[in-house]
Amino acid sequence: MRISTFFYTIKQGFVNIVRNKWFSLASIATISACLFLFGIFYAILVNFQHIVKTAEEGVSVTVFFDEELSDDKIRAIGEQIQKRVEVRDVKFISDDEAWDEFKAEYLGEYGDAGFTENPLEGSNSYEIYLNDVTMQSALVTWLESVDGVRQVNRSEITANALGGINVLIGYVSLGIIFILLAVSVFLISNTVMIGISVRKEEINIMKYIGATDFFVRSPFVIEGILIGLLGSIVPLVSIYYIYTNVIVYIGERFQILSGLLNFLPVEEIYATLLPVSVGIGVGIGFLGSIVTVRKHLKV
Amino acid sequence: MAQAGKRKARKGSAEAKDIIVLDQVSKSYSTGAPALNGVSIKIRRGEFVFIVGDSGSGKSTLIKLLLRELVPTSGSVWVNGEDVARLKHRKIPKFRRNLGIVFQDFRLLKDRNVYENVAFAQRIVQVPNREIKKNVPAILSTVGLAGKYKAKPKQLSGGEQQRVALARALINKPAILLADEPTGNLDPKNSWEIMKLLEEINEKGTTVLVVTHNREIVNAMKKRVVTMKKGVIVSDEKEGGYIDED
Repeated sequence: MRISTFFYTIKQGFVNIVRNKWFSLASIATISACLFLFGIFYAILVNFQHIVKTAEEGVSVTVFFDEELSDDKIRAIGEQIQKRVEVRDVKFISDDEAWDEFKAEYLGEYGDAGFTENPLEGSNSYEIYLNDVTMQSALVTWLESVDGVRQVNRSEITANALGGINVLIGYVSLGIIFILLAVSVFLISNTVMIGISVRKEEINIMKYIGATDFFVRSPFVIEGILIGLLGSIVPLVSIYYIYTNVIVYIGERFQILSGLLNFLPVEEIYATLLPVSVGIGVGIGFLGSIVTVRKHLKV
Repeated sequence: MAQAGKRKARKGSAEAKDIIVLDQVSKSYSTGAPALNGVSIKIRRGEFVFIVGDSGSGKSTLIKLLLRELVPTSGSVWVNGEDVARLKHRKIPKFRRNLGIVFQDFRLLKDRNVYENVAFAQRIVQVPNREIKKNVPAILSTVGLAGKYKAKPKQLSGGEQQRVALARALINKPAILLADEPTGNLDPKNSWEIMKLLEEINEKGTTVLVVTHNREIVNAMKKRVVTMKKGVIVSDEKEGGYIDED
């Protein structure tokens, strides 16, 4: 291909957009609308998952031991616990630490409240944090069967609820992604149909005077890619602006929930959303233009 | 092997004198009677030929076969030394660059100006820009449109639009010019001007094939006239005239 032909093709891609401005605008709006919905949904989904994950990380199982169990045996059990697949982290809390914590939390200015000895003596424990809250039952069953374990405290209800929310979010996200895809395909095929009627004659003329398929197709493909790119930039900019303002608003308006509503920073969302949206936009533009033109290349 | 030899021999003979050869060509569509039925014709390099006939006589099918828009159901079509039916899809563009084509409805790119419409045919064959800048004004002055290179098709009369189409068809110096009802949308004055241009082009060596209904022009120009009726050739006269339907 000559350099002048290459630049002509690129230029024609840009010129086509301006020439068919209404079709271009309709296509950009269609892609933007789909990607806007996708982006909003993605931001909500990852924040939900983040909030649930943060809550899950706080869920722990506490193990207490028989009072006469030696420190060595407790350490050995700790090592066994650490090796379990369900376990993310294990923290040893000695009876002295437990008493200090209790005093700080509940007694405050009353100091040791008249106790001269540690009333929690013999209450050494492990606080176990899980990789996945749904594994809690299996871990607890195992812990209860370990020799020397006196008591296992668990938060079964919380674990089940969080596990349930995660599964629900998974199903809902699948459902919404399916609906979004169906809507996108419908809107884009409609736009492509309009494109076909606009371009049919033009493609026919090009073919009659001896243009190769590549020569005919290239400007349309450039045009499609540009439309896809513009169609992805519009929602990305809008969502960035909306997201940053909404998290500030919720933070100010619902301060009481600040411990629970732990939003992801916009940069973290865009690390995935930006390349995926641009990829989808450019991909749709590329495929849309290929499909539009291909139908008329057999002249 | 023998067949390949025969093919080569025919190709050689076609290149030598006959630029278009149709041998027992039939074309049937899925429904109805065949559009062409055993048509044989030879057109020599540099000839000027009118193809006449009423609607449904097979003229348009003939043009489509020559352009390789259609392939024959049986028989063979040779154009400029190429067996059209055997042409692979990727070779069609190059084949068509040797055919200038002019349609009744002009088929110009509506959103491009006169210059760009004509230049487009050169861009397709990758002529460098500096040459396009020389060639387009030259061909536009040949068809009498040098001053209108910036105009869009809708700003031109029918006659002017047909001249642009003619300029576009000729700029790559094709061996054959196919004109499908070139005067169908024009008034008598413009029709004659277009026919005069076609005659001049023919005098410079281009083979010209004109499909038309225009009785007055056919009778006046005293060229070879091939008359078609219901898919067959009913008459082929060297200096013929328009034969009226019975």
